[in-house]
Amino acid sequence: MRDVAIIGIGCTNFGEMWERSFRDLFFEAGLNALEDAGAKGEDVDALYVGNMSAGKFIDQEHIGALIADYAGLAGSLHVPSTRVEAACASGGLALREGVLAVASGLHDVVIAAGVEKMTDVETGVTIDALASAADREWEGFMGATFPGLYAMIARLHMHRYGTTREQLAMVAVKNHHNATMNSKAQYEREITIEDVMNSPLIADPLRVYDCSPITDGAAAVVLAPVELARKLNNTPIYVRASAQASDTITLHDRRDITTLDATVYAAQRAYKMADISPKDIDVAEVHDCFTIAEICAIEDLGFVQKGNGGPATEEGMTALDGDIPINPSGGLKACGHPVGATGIKQAVEIVQQLRGEAGGRQVSGAKIGLAHNVGGTGGTAVVHVLSVNR
Amino acid sequence: MAVPRLWRHIPTRYNLIGTECQTCGGLYFPPRTTCPTCRRDGRIIERKFKGTGEVVTYTTIYSASAAFHRQTPYVLAIVKLDEGPLLTGQIVCDPDEAKIGMKVRPVFRKLGEDGPSGIIYYGTKFAPLTEASQ
Repeated sequence: MRDVAIIGIGCTNFGEMWERSFRDLFFEAGLNALEDAGAKGEDVDALYVGNMSAGKFIDQEHIGALIADYAGLAGSLHVPSTRVEAACASGGLALREGVLAVASGLHDVVIAAGVEKMTDVETGVTIDALASAADREWEGFMGATFPGLYAMIARLHMHRYGTTREQLAMVAVKNHHNATMNSKAQYEREITIEDVMNSPLIADPLRVYDCSPITDGAAAVVLAPVELARKLNNTPIYVRASAQASDTITLHDRRDITTLDATVYAAQRAYKMADISPKDIDVAEVHDCFTIAEICAIEDLGFVQKGNGGPATEEGMTALDGDIPINPSGGLKACGHPVGATGIKQAVEIVQQLRGEAGGRQVSGAKIGLAHNVGGTGGTAVVHVLSVNR
Repeated sequence: MAVPRLWRHIPTRYNLIGTECQTCGGLYFPPRTTCPTCRRDGRIIERKFKGTGEVVTYTTIYSASAAFHRQTPYVLAIVKLDEGPLLTGQIVCDPDEAKIGMKVRPVFRKLGEDGPSGIIYYGTKFAPLTEASQ
């Protein structure tokens, strides 16, 4: 296996982009990543694109060919292009597929991207499309919504560990604060705990401001083997680990409803592959599709003990100047959550942090970063460890 | 939902028929064709569940997809059946009434419909188990 580096990054603005199409979004992210890498279309050996639900959001499948075509990589260069799907973990999985392709020696320069265009349908259709990340027959058919499933995780976490409603709100407040320093974010504004507590109920105890929004956006990274990376790019960021794990698709069949075992296993595999422990991580982008999800994530990734996610958040441990800064980009909550693009955007943010290019939200001296992407309520988890040093 | 997709699971949805692995004694609802513990060494047979159980966790849904919009707010729970398996279903009760640990019993109810002229889906919901209902 060859060592792999990220040599280029690109990301669109995240938000409700009425004037931009699916293909516009992908093209902008991909082009920016190639320019950043100092590479050209002719250099690209393969494309992997994470996309959850173009079939439902824009009535379009065959996404691999579509994006290769509109990126100018299909008609004359005939670059192989593969769509990867694992619900909200589609982006993380596309990155992993790209890493595997380069590590294996089969391809040299690979674009791993993610794209989702969610606002071309009305909200009810979006809610239903997102619910397809859960088990349609035995959760969705019974009336489960996606926020409803995470609300049941939150209820039990509060009941069992004493996690408070305010602690959940503090996750959203922190991530909104971080997003004020991210010009790509959907919501570049502060919110207060009261704003969260007074927002409408979606699925009790979760309210509107506990939920990540509906977002359009795309992100891309360029991958290369280390030797080639050094020739093309002055500041390659090394992929020290790429790990993935599965769990039951239904929440009710899990070993423990308040633990995402897929995260636990993906993280353990990633730490082993990178030969590090959780305390070596300087900064992390985690999958905060709901506020409770960030609290579970910091526990399941091993940053705090199970049940301590709420108090750790309240004590500021996860703030930009805390022991383990979490979601400097604003996370899914405030940067936005174009589902298929999220896993790639997380990697883009970590690369910016490790290059020292994150501006006002820079975590000082960050050398090792982690990206954590979840599909559904935890049926899939993908963890990447990125590092300044090989 | 297409008619065959509903129809093929009617016995399971109406009567809570799942499966049992005779090798390890594992009980599963919904039915599985392979025991996830024993895999190819498993011996799977049908198993009907009583439907009584206890609420493990719950939520009240205020924002639902189009198919369930008219029912909001409604209580959704993960129920641990007395025999052991857990499943997701609605609780027919007031949102203030729902509690973790609440005992429930199965009730046959309409789950949804495919618009005004489409098929109506039925299945199992749960109701609080009171002394009067025992």
